[in-house]
Amino acid sequence: MSTVESYDPEPSDRRDPLIAGLGALATGAPAGLLDRVAARWVRVDAAIGDVYVAMTDQGVAYLRAEQDEDEFAASFRSRFARPLLPGGSPPPALVRALRTGRAEGLHLDLRGLRPFEAAVLRAAATIPRGEIRPYAWIAERIGRPKAVRAVGTALGRNPVPLLIPCHRVTRSDGLIGQYVFGMPAKERLLRMEHVNLDEVGTLAAKNVYFVGSDTTGVVCYPSCRDARRITPAHWHGFRTLGQAERAGYRPCRHCRPGGAAP
Amino acid sequence: MTDTDTRLPIVAALTEDLDTGFVALFDAYRDLVFSAALRLCGRWADAEDLTAEAFLRAYRALAGYEPQRIESLRPRPWLMTIVANLWRNTARSAARHPPPAPLEAAPEAADPAEPTEQAAERSETGRELAALLGELPEEQRLAVVLRHVADLPIAEIATILGAPEGTVKSHISRGLKRLRLLYPGSSR
Repeated sequence: MSTVESYDPEPSDRRDPLIAGLGALATGAPAGLLDRVAARWVRVDAAIGDVYVAMTDQGVAYLRAEQDEDEFAASFRSRFARPLLPGGSPPPALVRALRTGRAEGLHLDLRGLRPFEAAVLRAAATIPRGEIRPYAWIAERIGRPKAVRAVGTALGRNPVPLLIPCHRVTRSDGLIGQYVFGMPAKERLLRMEHVNLDEVGTLAAKNVYFVGSDTTGVVCYPSCRDARRITPAHWHGFRTLGQAERAGYRPCRHCRPGGAAP
Repeated sequence: MTDTDTRLPIVAALTEDLDTGFVALFDAYRDLVFSAALRLCGRWADAEDLTAEAFLRAYRALAGYEPQRIESLRPRPWLMTIVANLWRNTARSAARHPPPAPLEAAPEAADPAEPTEQAAERSETGRELAALLGELPEEQRLAVVLRHVADLPIAEIATILGAPEGTVKSHISRGLKRLRLLYPGSSR
């Protein structure tokens, strides 16, 4: 290597305009940069009791009902590998979402999810309050009709239960199915949202999974708001969607029934 | 400037609790990391990305370190090594996949992401000099920025760049020489 005539001024040499100019290029970091890296946790009173919520600058990233903040922090870190710092008071949109089950206007940070998981959760997020859909419905919605079991796994990993209502996804056979906060919590939530669980169960026991109205010619899931308006005189039950379609019914545009019988 | 006074409380905090320690690390070095990142990247938004990514990588590395490794950590050169490597990688992948040519490529064009107060404080010549740094080859640019913007000692820059001190000095000299040719009013 050729030797360069070495002129090495100290950075403090302000008589040299170039050195002074370079020194003046140092600048302060903008405010809020820490929140690009670290998440903040808050505790919020939710329908199922107190939950811990972690938020990034993008939105709500994680919600769990752990024993205490240490357990929540450990679970957050093992999943996200980001620092977790205490947050201030929870944002009003979050409090409202957890109190009412309506998550409109609340930003979610779902960056850590695989595309399949994200698709499953986006589909689950469309299920209206007061209604339920089978796992197979989600699988069909996302174009992976055979991936029913994987749908269940993805819902079980839902980072933001309650905010993405994975509790509204139940088994095709009328049973309520697994839940990240346990089956009793799932049933309690669905009853709070006025899902007609008892009716769905009674119909399933009689092998009825779809119901139609002969005035509208439309067939629905039994929890669909349209199905619940059918008067007894015009009510018809079906075991499969195919049976209903052969009888001249078309699938409801709200609940979009699909899939096979269990 | 010595880093020893800053180092000890950070290492102590990191040993005590990773997340509290991380905030201490962030607070101590955010301005240093951001200044270096801004003068390496040249654009405010890229510098924010690089700073955030470097600190996140630092956190993830620390989470996997044994306590002895944290106790012997020299946070400043360690952190700046992450910054330098990250910048080299981004610069190289950007060179392989060049973005579409910017419409406002003029060096005096204001950085759209830079807050206006900061931009107003900075002189025209400062912006010009910042743009000229982009003319330097990678290692010269790193050496000049770490030495004269970040104000780090030669020995520490040698650690950061993984090069002998002589090589670092040579990068700095060559870099300054080139800047003097390009920077009006700086001839000595």
